[in-house]
Amino acid sequence: MPTSASSPKLSAPREQGGTPTALADVTASDSTLRRFLHGLPGVDAVGLEARAASLGTRSIKTTAKAYAIDLAISMVDLTTLEGADTPGKVRALGAKAVHPDPTDRTTPTTAAVCVYPDMVAVAKEAVAGSGVKVASVATAFPAGRAALDVKLADVREAVAAGADEIDMVIDRGAFLAGRYMKVYDEIVAVKESCGTSARLKVIFETGELSTYDNIRRASWLGMLAGADFIKTSTGKVAVNATPANTLLMLEAVRDFRAQTGVQVGVKPAGGIRTSKDAVKFLVLVNETAGEDWLDNHWFRFGASSLLNDLLMQRQKLATGRYSGPDYVTVD
Amino acid sequence: MSEKSEKSEKSEKFERLSVLKTYKLYVGGKFPRSESGRVYEVADSKGNWLANAPQSSRKDARDAVVAARKAFGGWSGATAYNRGQILYRIAEMLEGRKDQFVREVGDAEGLSKAKAAAVVDAAIDRWVWYAGWTDKIAQVVGGGNPVAGPFFNLSSPEPTGVVVVLAPQDSSFLGLVSVIAPVIATGNTAVVIASEKSPLPALSLGEILATSDLPGGVVNVLSGRTTEIAAPLAAHQDVNAIDLAGADEVLAKELEIAAADNLKRVLRPQPVDYSATPGTERLTAFLETKTVWHPTGSLGASGSSY
Repeated sequence: MPTSASSPKLSAPREQGGTPTALADVTASDSTLRRFLHGLPGVDAVGLEARAASLGTRSIKTTAKAYAIDLAISMVDLTTLEGADTPGKVRALGAKAVHPDPTDRTTPTTAAVCVYPDMVAVAKEAVAGSGVKVASVATAFPAGRAALDVKLADVREAVAAGADEIDMVIDRGAFLAGRYMKVYDEIVAVKESCGTSARLKVIFETGELSTYDNIRRASWLGMLAGADFIKTSTGKVAVNATPANTLLMLEAVRDFRAQTGVQVGVKPAGGIRTSKDAVKFLVLVNETAGEDWLDNHWFRFGASSLLNDLLMQRQKLATGRYSGPDYVTVD
Repeated sequence: MSEKSEKSEKSEKFERLSVLKTYKLYVGGKFPRSESGRVYEVADSKGNWLANAPQSSRKDARDAVVAARKAFGGWSGATAYNRGQILYRIAEMLEGRKDQFVREVGDAEGLSKAKAAAVVDAAIDRWVWYAGWTDKIAQVVGGGNPVAGPFFNLSSPEPTGVVVVLAPQDSSFLGLVSVIAPVIATGNTAVVIASEKSPLPALSLGEILATSDLPGGVVNVLSGRTTEIAAPLAAHQDVNAIDLAGADEVLAKELEIAAADNLKRVLRPQPVDYSATPGTERLTAFLETKTVWHPTGSLGASGSSY
């Protein structure tokens, strides 16, 4: 059981693009991998949702709220993934990522901008010298329905254009059909294509996995295959990040570190629109994974409209009066 | 047998429990309780308890502004004709529930039944009066301007946006209608702070508005301590104008200072006889003027393009 690891090897090394040595035998064959994933404890759905809901009732006020808002801003992956994206729009987004609130230069920068591979070069130029990273979705985002070499070419293009982070989607069809080894091999291959420069985020599209058990299995599968981040969803389906599925993934990264010593980040994406929601997620992080994850190296929000609400709340805290959408940029 | 049934009928009458009404806010087309969970006691003019009314907090005020802003696009974009129809519909709905309002206004203001009925009639007529203005105000305050050049120059009135209305403290219903109707007639959306002392007619008006095809969020009714709710609203950056009808001198000054921060339009409190037919002042107080220049096309050799 992952939660009751008898001897956590905290300094265990991790081979590039592969399973940590502590769990090497798990991925030896299709059947051992299946046995491991199906041997994970079942998720208590009612308990999970109740836990997520109760953590959502914490009251975060005054200085704690100010801290949480700044932290949340610094964790935003400012995202534009539209067919209508133009270089101009990506440049505007880059400028916003660097100076989210131009009237208040104490505002932290966002963590990254997230774009399609063909816009990486534009985005890279827009955020140059600011420390803001450029993330690119790849592997035939958002459906993930393409041949492996097409997906890998997609990844290589993004990395060559300078992407610091790659957001890949798993093959949900293969996962739901129980072909875990195929999904595993694909993630490993993509991780290899990322090379040493780019961090890999693996998107499960939790809204399509249908059960909490599947989300737990997918989380472990992704981490075994070498994900640097596990990410809930693409933002393109009806159900995206929820407190419950994010809590489940946070438990998975906590248990994974306890067992292997390898820390993996979490990124809920889609459907987080208000500061209140963002703060609830931060409470989940702190209470589940712990303080080590309260950093934009280990936790991100995939969002676009969330940033404006965070900025309005920030202005409210600074001035004492409610702000409005006239005082933030329209994206 | 007949004796027995008579007896049981009697005891049934005796056991009938009265159903007290829970007065609630009207925000975004819904009837929430105050976010704070607070209520305060509302008494009639003689000091007898009437009901508990929700005591709104500044967060209720914030939610109301969000609802009003959301509703603004649809309401200001609706045709003036359509807005007039809806305002008239409000009058129709009030007519059907006149008895309730006669009772509530009579309790709130200490009026006899006949006098209260006259007040409610006047309030219904006020809706009809403003319903007629929706598609006529543009002709009064807009029009073609003479300019020296080959242009048409046209001015048309546009709604200001989200308007906070402090309803009159004494005239709990006729005064209330007289300040809400002109604001929404021109396409603004409103956040209304009901009379602190007698908020019940205003809260019941929410039920009328909800059943009159008025889109949710166009009018939002809050009850509670006027000073507590008005202060954050006057400072709110997403509010475009404020009507201080229900503020006393001290409060009005304070709110006007807060409102200056984002250049809100302010209508200062003034003595008004709400029973008299109003002019267009309250309609024009919350209008902007949009002026456009439009070329007439090339002039012919004769000096005319026609």
